[in-house]
Amino acid sequence: MSAPILRVADLDVSFSLRGKRLHALRKASLELAKGETLAVVGESGSGKSVLCKTFLGMLDKNGRVDSGSILFEGRDLARMRTEKDWLRIRGKRIAMIFQDPMTALNPLKTIGEQIREAAALHRGMDRKSSRLAVLETLERVGIGEPELRYRQYPHEFSGGMRQRAVIAAAVACRPEILVCDEPTTALDVTVQAQILDLLKSLQKDLGMSLVFITHDLGVVASVAQRVAVMYAGQVVEQGTVDEVFHDPRAPYTWALLASLPQLGVKGEELYSIKGTPPNLFKEIKGDAFAPRNPQALEVDFEFEPPPIAVSPTHWARTWLLDERAPRIEPPETIRRLREWLAKRRAADATARNDGPGGVP
Amino acid sequence: MSGEGKGGAILSVHDLRVDFRSGRKTVSAVRGVSFDLRRGETFSLVGESGSGKTTIGRAIMRIHAPSAGEILYEGTRVSGRIGAARERLLRQQVQMIFQDPLASLNERAKIDYIVSEGLYNFRLFRDEAERRAKVEKALLEVGLLPEFASRFPHEFSGGQRQRIGIARALVMEPSLLIADEPISALDVSIRAQVINLLNRLKREKNLTYLFIAHDLSVVRFISDRIAVIYRGRLVELAPAERLFERPLHPYTRALLAAVPEPDPGLEAGKRHLAYDPAMHDYGREEPAWREVEAEHFVLASGAEAAAWRGRL
Repeated sequence: MSAPILRVADLDVSFSLRGKRLHALRKASLELAKGETLAVVGESGSGKSVLCKTFLGMLDKNGRVDSGSILFEGRDLARMRTEKDWLRIRGKRIAMIFQDPMTALNPLKTIGEQIREAAALHRGMDRKSSRLAVLETLERVGIGEPELRYRQYPHEFSGGMRQRAVIAAAVACRPEILVCDEPTTALDVTVQAQILDLLKSLQKDLGMSLVFITHDLGVVASVAQRVAVMYAGQVVEQGTVDEVFHDPRAPYTWALLASLPQLGVKGEELYSIKGTPPNLFKEIKGDAFAPRNPQALEVDFEFEPPPIAVSPTHWARTWLLDERAPRIEPPETIRRLREWLAKRRAADATARNDGPGGVP
Repeated sequence: MSGEGKGGAILSVHDLRVDFRSGRKTVSAVRGVSFDLRRGETFSLVGESGSGKTTIGRAIMRIHAPSAGEILYEGTRVSGRIGAARERLLRQQVQMIFQDPLASLNERAKIDYIVSEGLYNFRLFRDEAERRAKVEKALLEVGLLPEFASRFPHEFSGGQRQRIGIARALVMEPSLLIADEPISALDVSIRAQVINLLNRLKREKNLTYLFIAHDLSVVRFISDRIAVIYRGRLVELAPAERLFERPLHPYTRALLAAVPEPDPGLEAGKRHLAYDPAMHDYGREEPAWREVEAEHFVLASGAEAAAWRGRL
C-alpha cells in the first residue's frame, strides 16, 4: 500500500437528538491510500455516511466531532471549525457525490452552468475557459453532444445521465479524493455497470483516490482495492478486497458475507443475522456485535476489542485475533463462500490475477 | 390453459397489452405478454425501470385496465368488466407486498388497524374477538409480537415494517401474493430474514408468488421460474437455474453480466455486454415467442431461434 492520503484515527462523532446524545461514530479508524478505491460497507445506521461527511465538514448542525483526528495532507480536518477553511477543501480537494442525483442538481439551472460555476469558483477560471473545461468534462464522463447537453436542464436527463452530470461537476475541480455515497443504488443494473466503469476509468486517468460507500458486496468487488466494514459506528475490519472476501476475521464480516443470497442453497434457510443493531443512544459495553454473535466469547461482553493486525494491510477489531483467544472456526457458510469463490474462478479462466492473500 | 390440480395454472395472462395515453400520444407499456403462474411456484418478473413489470402486476390487481388480452384467475376471467362477486374474490385472494415499507403503511394508523383494514373492507370477521385473533395470528406468523398491534409504523425498523406489510397481506388468507420489489430497499442481513420468511410462508400455506424485481442475483435463490421483460415484452422465460446457466436472449445476457458479483477476482476480469435492440434483424421476420428447449422460451425470429438452439 502506498502512503495514505487520508488517515482517520479514533474518530468519535455524536448528534444531539431530543435532548439525548447519539454516538454515531465510536473510535472509527480508516486509512485511504493515494490512488486507491476504498469501499466502506455496512448496514443502514452503521455510520458509513456520517464518517464520510466528516471529511467534507458536512455534518448536520446538531452533530459534532468529539475526539479523534482526520489527517489530510498534514492538516487535521477534525479541528477545522470555520466555513471559510472548509471551502478551501470541500468540492475543491475532496468532493462528494450522492445516491440521488436529482437532489444534487438545481432544477432551475442548466446542467452546463451548474458545473461551470463549481469549476470557476474552485479553479479561478474566467467564463470562457471554464465553459471549455466543462464541455471537455462532459465529454469525458460519457455525455455525448456536450454543446447541446450543456444547455439542457436536469429534467431533460435520464437517471444515469444525471449521475454522470453530477460526477462531471465533482471531477471538474480535479479533487484529490472523491467520496461516492451509494452513487448507483437508485440506478438500473445495466446503468449501474456503466457508471461503475466510468468511475473506475476516471480514477485511473485523474489519479484520484475514491471512497465508495455501498451496502452491495458485489459493487465492492467490482470497484474497490480495499474495503472497510462498519458496524455500530466502528470500522470493525479493513483490508484488501481479497483479504476481506477470502479471509474475513471479524464475526460481523463473517455474518455479512454469509447472508449473501448468492450463497443460498435452494430449499434451505438463508443464513441471517439474528436480532437488531445496538441502540447508539446507549453506552455500548464490550464488542457491539456480541449480542448477535452466537459464538461470542465472554470477554466480548466485557471489553471492547482493539484493532489487531492480521497482515500489514489487514486488521480487525475482534478478540478472536488475540493470542489468548480460543480457536473459533468461521461459520459453515464462510467455508461455502470460499468454495463458491474458488469454483467461480475456476469456471472463469479470464480472471486470473489473484494475490497471495488466500485461505490459511 | 392447464387444469386445476397442483402445478396447474392459478393465474394466466394472455396476450396482455396495457396502453397509457398522454395527450395525443399512446404508449404501450406492456405488449403481447403471456405467461401462466403455476400453483405453488415462485415466478419472478425481472426487468429495469420502465420495462412494464410493475404495470403487469397492477393489471392483475385491476388497477390498470388491459387494452387487449385477458387475465384468468382460477380459470375465470378477471380482467375487463366482471361482476362484483368475482372482483371481491380476486381482491381477497390476491394480495400485494410493496417495496418501501414506510411509504406503504399509513403512518397515522396503529398496526392493529393497518393489518385489519382488509378484514374491515370485506367484513371477514364475526366479532371483535375474532378480528383480534386474526391480527394476532398474522403478526405471529411473520415473527412479530402480538403486543406490537398497538404501536405505530415509525416505531419499527425497516425489516419489521416489511413484516407488517406481509402480515397485512397474510391476514386475508390469500392464495397468490404479488410482491413488487419487496426486498430491494432492505439491508443485506434483513433481506435474508425476509427471504427466509417468505419461503417459509410459501411452504406452510401453499402460496404462489409473483415476484417483481430488477435484481437477478436475488431472484435466483427464491424463484422456480424467471421471466425477463424488456420494454414491455417478455424476451425470455425459463426455470431459474437454466436461465442463469444458459441465457439465450442478448438482453438477458447483458442483464446478467451487469450484476456485480461479490467476488473481486471475477470482477477484475469482467467486461460488460451492452444490449442494442438494433442488433436484431427483424426487418423481414417479426420475432415470435418460441420454445427452444423444454420450458425455455425466448422472443426470437426463426433464424435467431435456430442459432440459439445450436448453443444449447
